[in-house]
Amino acid sequence: MARRVVVTGLGILSPNGNTVKEAWENTKNGVNGIGPLTKAGAEGLPIHFAGELKNLDVLDYLDKKEARRLDEYSQYGVIAGNQAMEDAGFTPGGEMPYDRYRFGVLVGSGIGGLDTMETEVTKLNAKGFRRVNPLLVPMMISNMGSGYLAIKHDLRGYNTTVTTACASGTHSIGDAYHMIRDGYMDAMLAGGAESPIKMLAISGFLGLHAVTTTDRLDRASIPFDAERSGFVIAEGAGVIVLEEYEMAKKRGAHIYAEIAGYGATCDAYHMTAPQPEGAALAKAMEVAMEEAHVLPSEVSYINVHGTSTELNEKTETLAIKKAFGEEAYKIPLSSTKSMTGHSLGAAGGIEAVYSIMAMQDDFIPPTINYQVPDPECDLDCTPNIGKKADVDVVMSDNLGFGGHNAVLLFKKAE
Amino acid sequence: MIYEKIAEIISDKMDIDVDDITMDSTFESLEIDSLDMVEIVMDIEEAFEVSVEDAENLKSVADLVKYIEDNK
Repeated sequence: MARRVVVTGLGILSPNGNTVKEAWENTKNGVNGIGPLTKAGAEGLPIHFAGELKNLDVLDYLDKKEARRLDEYSQYGVIAGNQAMEDAGFTPGGEMPYDRYRFGVLVGSGIGGLDTMETEVTKLNAKGFRRVNPLLVPMMISNMGSGYLAIKHDLRGYNTTVTTACASGTHSIGDAYHMIRDGYMDAMLAGGAESPIKMLAISGFLGLHAVTTTDRLDRASIPFDAERSGFVIAEGAGVIVLEEYEMAKKRGAHIYAEIAGYGATCDAYHMTAPQPEGAALAKAMEVAMEEAHVLPSEVSYINVHGTSTELNEKTETLAIKKAFGEEAYKIPLSSTKSMTGHSLGAAGGIEAVYSIMAMQDDFIPPTINYQVPDPECDLDCTPNIGKKADVDVVMSDNLGFGGHNAVLLFKKAE
Repeated sequence: MIYEKIAEIISDKMDIDVDDITMDSTFESLEIDSLDMVEIVMDIEEAFEVSVEDAENLKSVADLVKYIEDNK
């Protein structure tokens, strides 16, 4: 009998909310978290909007010294991770029902400490190597979010980081789920964190024509809309606590959902463009459903990658049709990126939280600012207004540069 | 003057009250770890325009003040 894995704690920092409650209420109600680009260091760029965290003072959550020692992406991951641990009933220094060597951490990041990198390269060029921050390396590396969460909560088990661009958060949760299911760990803290609203990253994405330069907010992050012209860059973190089902039940944990399936494939096609037929993404969806013993007709909702780029939604639509057959037209989908923008490696973590909350509340969140239908994206994207529905099984998929496809399947807690 | 500046740098980096730092304070008693030390040394090098080559031999605020007086 295979071990089952359940979700017992949620944590989030999203452009539309700094707590699960706030972020989910806004997501249900179609409140846009995207606004004018204001972050220091990004002025003068030809983009107008970003999904920035709002009203966030990291010093409300971290002491001054730890805040200074952590790159912004780590700060976000640690804050969301702390929220998830607290939600699951674990406090630093408090009682721990698990063997600490069997409680691991896997918080991914698509890029890592870009803020630190950019600051220190500037310093290096201006002042020479002696003035480079001695904490450059520990701050910049993409595994420090996982490393620091382990220090904070004394979690001594398996601890790594997945870096698969925009699929990082999804792979992190999927790999963590397998670690528990296959008996290597009993509990894991997993998700994604990213802080890419920086001159350097935006310049890179602009060069690839991947971000939108529109000056109309209602035409900025518009997944599935025929006028979509690129994604809106965003920041944040989504981290969840996973536990082996019997052990979670025994300790009386609140169980939000079960993770029942995970499919991961690679396009093996192109560095940045998705394979045009979405074949490998469809395969990952099929694998996730097979693993969960779920039929296409049993999936209640798909939280799609839906970045608001021409190629993404076109191929994602084809992949869903291939994996679900005729059922594809009956399943409501939505891209919550219409309200958050695209937080790269954090997206999988944030969207896992939204997928789980969709089951908790039996509510399907909308794809907002949908105006102009695209005949090549003809599935039901839950345009503009969310809806009440029985939500028992949710699929969440994310894709990353490098051709990475990751698909999670959540089931409602019994 | 050297002491005051050092106390200010330590106070800022460690987020502790400047009055809790004395000439006799050891870095251990101030809970300054190896990573804190490299940060503090970096700021001190910048403030006094010195190069601190053997920071691991410095154990207290007094050691640091003396080092700067000798090498400035």
